[in-house]
Amino acid sequence: MEYQSPGTVEEAVSLLAGASGTSKVLAGGTDLLVQLRSGFVEPDLVVDLKRIDALTSITEDAGGFRIGAAVSCAELGEHAALSAAWPGIVEAARLIGSEQIQSRSSLGGNLCNASPAADTVPALIAARAVCSVVGPGGQRDIPVEDIVTAPGETSLQPGEIVVSLNLPARPSRSADAYLRFIPRTEMDIAVVGSGVSLTLSEDGTVSDAHVGLGAVAPTALLVSEAGQALVGTSCDDAALDAAAAAASAACDPIDDKRGTVEYRVRVAGVLTKRAAAIAYQRAGSR
Amino acid sequence: MTYEDGKLKVVGTRPIRPDGVDKVTGRANFGADHSMPGMLWGRILRSPHAHARITGIDVSKAEALPGVKAVVTGADMAESSGSADAGESAINLRDLSRNVLAHDKVLYDGHAIAAIAATSDKIAREALKLIDVGYEVLPHVMDVDEAMKPDAPLLHDDMFTEGIEPTPETSSNIAKKMVIGFGDVDDGFAKADVIIERTLKTAPVHQGYIEPHACVATISEDGQAVVWCSSQGQFVIRDLCSQLLGMEAADVRVIPAEIGGGFGGKTTVYLEPVALMLSQKSSRPVKMTMTRGEVFRATGPTSASSMDVKIGATRDGRITAASAEFRFQAGAFPGSPVGAACMASFAPYDLENVSITGYDVVTNGPKVAAYRAPGAPQGAYAVETVVDELAEALNMDPVDFRALNGAREGTKAPYGATFKVVGNLECLEATKDHPHYKSNLGPDQGRGVASGFWFNIGGQSAATVAINPDGTVSVVEGNPDIGGSRASMAMMAAEVFGVAVEKVRPMIADTASIAHNDVTGGSRVTFATGMAVVQASEDAVEQLKKRAAKMWDVEVEDVVWQDGAAHTATKDAPLTLADIAAQAGRTGGPITGNASINARGAGPAFTTHICDVEVDRETGAVEILRYTAIQDAGKAIHPSFVEGQMQGGVAQGVGWALNEEYIYSTDGNMENPGFLDYRMPVASDLPMIDTVVIEVPNPSHPFGVRGVGEAPIVPPLAAVANAVYDAVGVRMTELPISPPRLLAAIDAYKAAAE
Repeated sequence: MEYQSPGTVEEAVSLLAGASGTSKVLAGGTDLLVQLRSGFVEPDLVVDLKRIDALTSITEDAGGFRIGAAVSCAELGEHAALSAAWPGIVEAARLIGSEQIQSRSSLGGNLCNASPAADTVPALIAARAVCSVVGPGGQRDIPVEDIVTAPGETSLQPGEIVVSLNLPARPSRSADAYLRFIPRTEMDIAVVGSGVSLTLSEDGTVSDAHVGLGAVAPTALLVSEAGQALVGTSCDDAALDAAAAAASAACDPIDDKRGTVEYRVRVAGVLTKRAAAIAYQRAGSR
Repeated sequence: MTYEDGKLKVVGTRPIRPDGVDKVTGRANFGADHSMPGMLWGRILRSPHAHARITGIDVSKAEALPGVKAVVTGADMAESSGSADAGESAINLRDLSRNVLAHDKVLYDGHAIAAIAATSDKIAREALKLIDVGYEVLPHVMDVDEAMKPDAPLLHDDMFTEGIEPTPETSSNIAKKMVIGFGDVDDGFAKADVIIERTLKTAPVHQGYIEPHACVATISEDGQAVVWCSSQGQFVIRDLCSQLLGMEAADVRVIPAEIGGGFGGKTTVYLEPVALMLSQKSSRPVKMTMTRGEVFRATGPTSASSMDVKIGATRDGRITAASAEFRFQAGAFPGSPVGAACMASFAPYDLENVSITGYDVVTNGPKVAAYRAPGAPQGAYAVETVVDELAEALNMDPVDFRALNGAREGTKAPYGATFKVVGNLECLEATKDHPHYKSNLGPDQGRGVASGFWFNIGGQSAATVAINPDGTVSVVEGNPDIGGSRASMAMMAAEVFGVAVEKVRPMIADTASIAHNDVTGGSRVTFATGMAVVQASEDAVEQLKKRAAKMWDVEVEDVVWQDGAAHTATKDAPLTLADIAAQAGRTGGPITGNASINARGAGPAFTTHICDVEVDRETGAVEILRYTAIQDAGKAIHPSFVEGQMQGGVAQGVGWALNEEYIYSTDGNMENPGFLDYRMPVASDLPMIDTVVIEVPNPSHPFGVRGVGEAPIVPPLAAVANAVYDAVGVRMTELPISPPRLLAAIDAYKAAAE
């Protein structure tokens, strides 16, 4: 196995594009190292992205943010402006693994590992994040929900890497929230995750809302119906119940060691309702 | 000799543990830390099937791989018979041999089939893929109730249920039936005003020790073998290896490593005989370590259980009769702890009429191993749930109900013994008086209590103390330290000698350096080995007095030992231990003390726990809000370690109650062989666990010690379940109380109420 840690995006792309055997990208390694040690993957080439400046920095851009794909989750939590504007994304990032894991894990890695249960992906979907992808053919922008196509599979072409996750500028009274359910309090994988991002109009009603769900389908979902159920309301019980029902209806989960179909469908609604209430309260207090 | 509580100077204090610095700095050597020149790496090929006949094993391609130095299979093992004494229980050697390497059938997912030693771990892993095994896959059975049915797939054609007269003529998965009790339960139930009867089930759970099994073994050309490994008893490892491989005990020297948790699961062998076989074949030392997946799939969980419990009481709260049937899953070979479950579960109660039946049942899972108070947590979960329900039906406080019917001095236990001095009622009284029990609860919160019992054992222990020329003391004993026992040994010796504990260094010797010691198990070490250390220290004190008499030229009868020195009426200045030690060469040579005992009179442990929970009614999640464990320790030698044992037992018991379970696919493969999906509690899942140490001294021990390590895992399963009931009104009769299961039960309860 060959290990490379290039200093630029171009070098990384050229290494990956030129690889003859199987290659893996390391954007923290908190999934990859476990897979390597268990013998689940045996790549010929590992390309470490942690030494590329563009991938390890957060820049504010026209009111929005460009988050390098390999920025650690711990750094997200330490970024005051990002934490203030996108508390839901940051709380999702701070739920991954443990403190130690968060010092390595990244949004790009969490996304491209392509697990249906990735914690940050529903929050990023709710935030309408867009990925900057660079490959041998140049650069393109892809909505975050279009990256993962199936468990363990992405729409990235050979040699392509996600360089940054871009968050749009926020209207003033906007906020997001992310909740996940696990049977323990930490060190676990989401049984269900729900991210809600919303904006309030002058009168305090919701003018725009988006809901992302994780661990309830082969890929994380953008649930437009759930977001729509909140628009025009002040997140009263009826609106929250409607959003919960829409979230549950969108689920297409499996029975596995982490939860049953019935349980996931039910809890997806519960978490969506609760996350929406938190996001609404946060937006209203701005 | 006994020691008065008020005059103790070391016992009951909290010094730094002698092994602490090495453990927190990473210097301590655990099972996988030993290495040797020329060492090979061993790996095991394991069954992918829950039940299959092996039609052939072709190892030729693996043997031909460069770097592979030895391959062994079950065919390389001598045929074993008879049983070995493992301290707490007898081990059937024929079954053990077949568990270590399958002979003709694989009986569970993960069952060892063949092993390889190679010059690198990578080559050994590669070589495993080159072994061709032919399987004829057979139907399997996992559930204990299913396994007992007449048409269930049979694991062993030659198994006929023991304990039934006459012995059945058809084979079955029921290895053994047992019945204990006394009185007339039919008559007792006839006198009851209220009878509660429930069926409850628990899942298989693993001990979850952090350190996976690991060893290094070497055999030289003259047949002398050395094994370095982490275990709960170097002597049981030696005896099992030598008996399985047809060697003499003196030819196998086992050197104990530090142990990273055992909880009963490291009282038998898995890797050690295989590493010895590989070493014999390759003439090289062989190191073997298990992955976490191997630990889960192939080493001892404890039994899943299915239990019926029935208890009747009069309107004024007196229990008139109790009966139970316990069906315990043993895994692939007989030997579940159902016997202990039968004996222990009703022991907190003073009963007139009791009848308990137990079944030991084989299933296609790993052979169960001992786990902290084996059998008692399952049984207590069933009994204490029914007791809680009965108290409620009688409109009585659950602690008062337990105290009214509580076992006390003179109570005849269901297993026949009559209790001497025990602390059951003292624990219940302390529970009732505790601020926790009197505190208020909020919405969706509930409180549960449960009691527990454990026998504790004594057994064989040997100890030697040596007085060093500078007056320091070396204590040599033979029990691996899994709960702070080295500290306790040093403290008890220091108390006898009357010196500071820092002057005493405890050491755990290998099998060639001290006489036999039973395993570290049964909560026996501080009691039994502690007694041996006390007696060896007293032996040395006698020697010291004789030497002092010689130095003073007085009669030894005129010498007394006090505060670390010899005193005699005719001399003003005493002779300290250091004074005498310095002159040992001139007064007769080195000074030692020895004791070899079979300790009797282990005092049983009683305990009561209080648990508060909050239930999220929309997700079924249970949060442990507050937890208090009250236990009679007899006498706490080092109170911090007694408290630590109590807290650790609660943590494991809470895991058992809420989330831990073996999850199997329909093919019988374990789906969660790792700590991610086998959900033991993490630190943030638990509040600080409060402890109350009750001290009702055990008259059989010089300091009054009772074993403490096992009893604390007995009550939590029921305490949590009773608290959940109190919070949401749902009786959880199956563990774990995982969120999906609890949410479904809450829904069903709501639906029934509407």
